[in-house]
Amino acid sequence: MELLGTTAGLWLAVVVSGLYHGLNPGMGWPLAVSAALFEGRQSALWGALGMLSIGHFIAMIGILLPFAVMFMLVEYQREIQIGAACVVIAMGLFLLWYRKHPRILARVKPSQLALWSFLVAMAHGAGLMLVPIFLGLCGLDELDMGHRAALDLMGTNVLMAFAVGLMHTAAMIGSGGLLAWAVHRYLGLNALRKTWFNLDIMWALSLIVVGGLGLWAGLTLSA
Amino acid sequence: MNVRPDKSFYPSPKDAMEAPVEKVAFTLMLSPDFSQPDGLAIVDVDPTSKTYGEIVHQVIVPNKGDEFHHFGWNACSASLSPLSGHAFVERRYLIVPGIRSSRIYVFDVKEPLKAKIHKIIEPEEVFEKTGYSRPHTIHCGPEGIYVSTLGGGGEDGTDGPPGIFILDCETFDIIGRYEIDRGAQSKHYDFWWNLPRDYMVSSEWGLPPQFENGVVPEDLLSNKYGHVIHFWDLRARKVTQTIDLGEQYQMALEIRPAHDPVKTHGFVGVVVDTTNLEGAIFTWWQKEDGTFEAKKTITIPPHPAETDDLPPLLQGFGAVPALVTDIDLSLDDKYLYVACWGQGEMHQYDVSDPMNPVLAGKVEIGGIVKKTKHPNGKEFGYGPQMVEISRDGKRVYWTNSLYSTWDDQFYPGERGAAMVMANVGEDGSFELDENFWVEFPEGYRSHQIRLEGGDCSTDSFCYPSV
Repeated sequence: MELLGTTAGLWLAVVVSGLYHGLNPGMGWPLAVSAALFEGRQSALWGALGMLSIGHFIAMIGILLPFAVMFMLVEYQREIQIGAACVVIAMGLFLLWYRKHPRILARVKPSQLALWSFLVAMAHGAGLMLVPIFLGLCGLDELDMGHRAALDLMGTNVLMAFAVGLMHTAAMIGSGGLLAWAVHRYLGLNALRKTWFNLDIMWALSLIVVGGLGLWAGLTLSA
Repeated sequence: MNVRPDKSFYPSPKDAMEAPVEKVAFTLMLSPDFSQPDGLAIVDVDPTSKTYGEIVHQVIVPNKGDEFHHFGWNACSASLSPLSGHAFVERRYLIVPGIRSSRIYVFDVKEPLKAKIHKIIEPEEVFEKTGYSRPHTIHCGPEGIYVSTLGGGGEDGTDGPPGIFILDCETFDIIGRYEIDRGAQSKHYDFWWNLPRDYMVSSEWGLPPQFENGVVPEDLLSNKYGHVIHFWDLRARKVTQTIDLGEQYQMALEIRPAHDPVKTHGFVGVVVDTTNLEGAIFTWWQKEDGTFEAKKTITIPPHPAETDDLPPLLQGFGAVPALVTDIDLSLDDKYLYVACWGQGEMHQYDVSDPMNPVLAGKVEIGGIVKKTKHPNGKEFGYGPQMVEISRDGKRVYWTNSLYSTWDDQFYPGERGAAMVMANVGEDGSFELDENFWVEFPEGYRSHQIRLEGGDCSTDSFCYPSV
């Protein structure tokens, strides 16, 4: 808890969530292995990972940016933080209750990896998981800088959103990419059968935990 | 929902070939005169078992007149692609349509010896939600379980073309029709696909009035049965190309794409060429530009026969056609097994070069004229028909009934159900197993076989064999 109140702690959370998303086969690393095997060359693996990361990054930014803009309303920061935390918790509860896979994902063509990665991240609330962490970072930043012009603040927040999205996506593609490379190069496809766990419940619980921490941070923020 | 992917799911066909050997087979039993309800037989295929080759359990359904034909699993190896989104679905249920009643049964076979009916979808629901009738082929695919149908709406199934509809792979609720743009598709039979390459291939048999009461000779001789195959953009749900094999190639039925998704070819079997009574296999393939082509690569000539040896339907021809009614491709894409139902032969072609298949082996059993007995001395009624290959490619199982009314035309009189097995050696040798012979209950015929954990006409693979 202590660590999560610090800038370093929050950045660590950004990276860890990225590693976690990346290792989940449901976020797409097996598709990179498949691409490399189809093309018969390892470079196809990097190409596919690139497309997956573009989709994932856009999904992160798409969720973070609106909050970055909202957060410039300094006097409502506490309310925004609490509201966002509730949305994240609600998404976690929804995923716990609604255990089916959204069918729209099955309509995406196998060649549209970036689009698929974007949609799958959105459907699983991957971006939402970052929101409380992101708002925590913006809030700390704000405390450091003291009161500033709203526009200036928004600029900082937007930059922060990009930084968080990039850092998270880099960690995500780093861990997923490493696993994809190892499976392609050394472990073989059967590793896929052995390493894939059903993370649905854990994923939903992660959202609830992150949301809960955000809620706690918001409630304890001195108004 | 499992915590781990189902153990019977494999990323590539090559991995699946290493799977444990099947211990049970599931075989459909049908009552040809509709006097008894149809059923699912669980057959012991474990050679070390005391009940080897025996039906160890059967589930008889509560209705009569369903006519079981083809069936399939609720989930398969395709679940291992993140794109499918169903990684943790169990391979547990067999979806069995009644081709005559349009009723669909879902059997829970998690414990094969205690297999039971899990759900029944009544025909009215199929009609109402899809406008189709006479469900046939089952494959698990994107968005759920795909079910092809042979009939459209209305009493005789000719009100609108037949098509494919989708079932939810967990609740087995009917989701709705598949097609957005069916192009020239007017009849239906089989379909299969290459999931990563995103295409589907479908074939045409005939409309219900052309098959339900038996083959219509006038329609056959005037080439009115199906002779085209359709290529679909799978996820866009539209026909992108239709290839007419030639109107004399009557009844292009089973579609068998290469299992290795890297490969872009497949096969389709043609029952009879009406110009010369030959059976035929076409190889189809996707070209660089994404379009398809098909070429006849196997022909099986008719055998001359005495008029007295032939059923009335064939007496005018003085010959017995091969009647290619089923084909099946081994998981390594090496051997194509071709059932010559009329002649009583099961052919094994080496299709390592898909454009130049070579006849590698042959088993003779049954047949209109030859009536070859099993090596154990028993009569094998009808001819080799529905064929299924074990995942390791070492055992080939088949049954003998085609379709109740057609059996009676080509093989008049009751000839009994059969299920046999042939062993395939490392060198490709292909011989009937003398010790495997299944006795079925009185009054039943046997149709499609499914093997425990998957077989060679079930699973779609999303990763290449390397």
